[in-house]
Amino acid sequence: MRATARLVARADRHGRTTLAELRGESPLLLRQVPASDGGVTVYVVGGAAGPLAGDDLRLEIEVDQGARVRVHTVAASIALPGRPGAVSRMLVRASVSEQAVLHWLPEQLVAAAGCAHVADAQVDVAAGGTLHWRDELICGRHGEQPGDVEINTWVDLAGRPLLRQSLAVGPNAPGWAGPAVLAGAPATGSLLVVDPTRPPEPPAVWPTHARLPLAGGPATLWSATAPDAHTLRRYLEPDTRTAELLGVRPESGRGDCADG
Amino acid sequence: MATPTMLLLLADGRFPAGAHAHSAGLEAAVAAGRVRDLATLGEYLRGRLATAGLVAAAFAAASCRAASGSPGPSAVDGHRPAELTHLGVARRAALARLDAELDARTASPAQRTVSRRQGRALRRAGREIWPQATFDDLPATSDGPHQPLVLGLVGVAAGLEPGQVATVAAYATVTGSASAAVRLLGLDPYQVQALLVRLAGDCDAVAARAARAAEQPPERLPAAAAPLADIHAEAHVTWEVRLFAS
Repeated sequence: MRATARLVARADRHGRTTLAELRGESPLLLRQVPASDGGVTVYVVGGAAGPLAGDDLRLEIEVDQGARVRVHTVAASIALPGRPGAVSRMLVRASVSEQAVLHWLPEQLVAAAGCAHVADAQVDVAAGGTLHWRDELICGRHGEQPGDVEINTWVDLAGRPLLRQSLAVGPNAPGWAGPAVLAGAPATGSLLVVDPTRPPEPPAVWPTHARLPLAGGPATLWSATAPDAHTLRRYLEPDTRTAELLGVRPESGRGDCADG
Repeated sequence: MATPTMLLLLADGRFPAGAHAHSAGLEAAVAAGRVRDLATLGEYLRGRLATAGLVAAAFAAASCRAASGSPGPSAVDGHRPAELTHLGVARRAALARLDAELDARTASPAQRTVSRRQGRALRRAGREIWPQATFDDLPATSDGPHQPLVLGLVGVAAGLEPGQVATVAAYATVTGSASAAVRLLGLDPYQVQALLVRLAGDCDAVAARAARAAEQPPERLPAAAAPLADIHAEAHVTWEVRLFAS
């Protein structure tokens, strides 16, 4: 199946976010739900199981100056095999203008046995824009070895490279389950926080997750592996993360000092 | 034209750039109990080769191309035609772009520091050995240039092709951690060498893929990530006592 969806958000003269465009097609349908803070919340509603190998899905998101958008999905996506040799693709292109806010917080991507899936994200954030971008990958359904999944993330900040990351799991990714990459953890993911109003946080590390200030601007990457989706979410929750981790000490005092 | 001996000299662990002081995350992986024996070491090396090895080899090859050949289209944007006659300008722009792209692929600050420290050490050796080489085209960062970029320039000075430079980088990815494993785990050196022999084909394949990738625009170069590599590097840098520098 091929499907394209597009979301364009603008701020009106009262600072409220309005959707200038919101359209999709099955299996990539977009639904706006009420939001209380003047921003807009949109859910991606999967119109069919999948993605199935052979699917080609594209989502474009444009958040104009001053607008605030949160995007969620209603359920996890399960990448499934299709006809032999076929690959499913999901491309998300997003642009976040100055003073604009985009939170991309979908549910997990589950790599089912035999799947072949490529998820690409290309995000441009203008100077002064805010971005929360989360990716969570579950390697196989219960007791299952995953097929091939590649998650590629390119993020530019103010026209400069901020984050380039490709994570590959499955039979075609040598050593992916080994001690250099995931060490057998079935869940992995990251949360990128680009926020010009947030003071830079020093690096910190716990046994299977870390807080990593990036080189290219006021941005931090939280990176994690976990035994299950629930634990992974706890490591990558932007709002409750700080509170939940407050009781957990980093592996050392590095989180408390500014040693970069 | 490069001689095979030149390639061997650059790939040699005894090349005076301090590579022997680094375990490339292995010391932390051993401490975490994730690498324990020859089998887990093999999986570690396969994962390193496919991630950090591919990225380092591609950037070394791209740096070699940028420094030796004509600059790519992205390097010349924003410069007046008159300036383009000055190849050094384009070369410096291309290397600065590669430096920023490699930063964007190195989420861990500890790994960025290590790469730049190793880059400094290699540049020092390169300047002594090839005084006429143009290491000044590297971006002037206070903490040093990324190691793969310096390796590309050393490769140009030594008369190597981008593909050969990629081989040196891929080879160093596996041999550095392997010799560290012999010290950290007391593994049988013959068995570790046999493992490296089994990985030689994979190493060549990664180098070939990296060399092909190096022809792409900088933003399209490989970005293979490994969550535990970041976590191992950040954990390791907090230790007060360690055998290896990374």
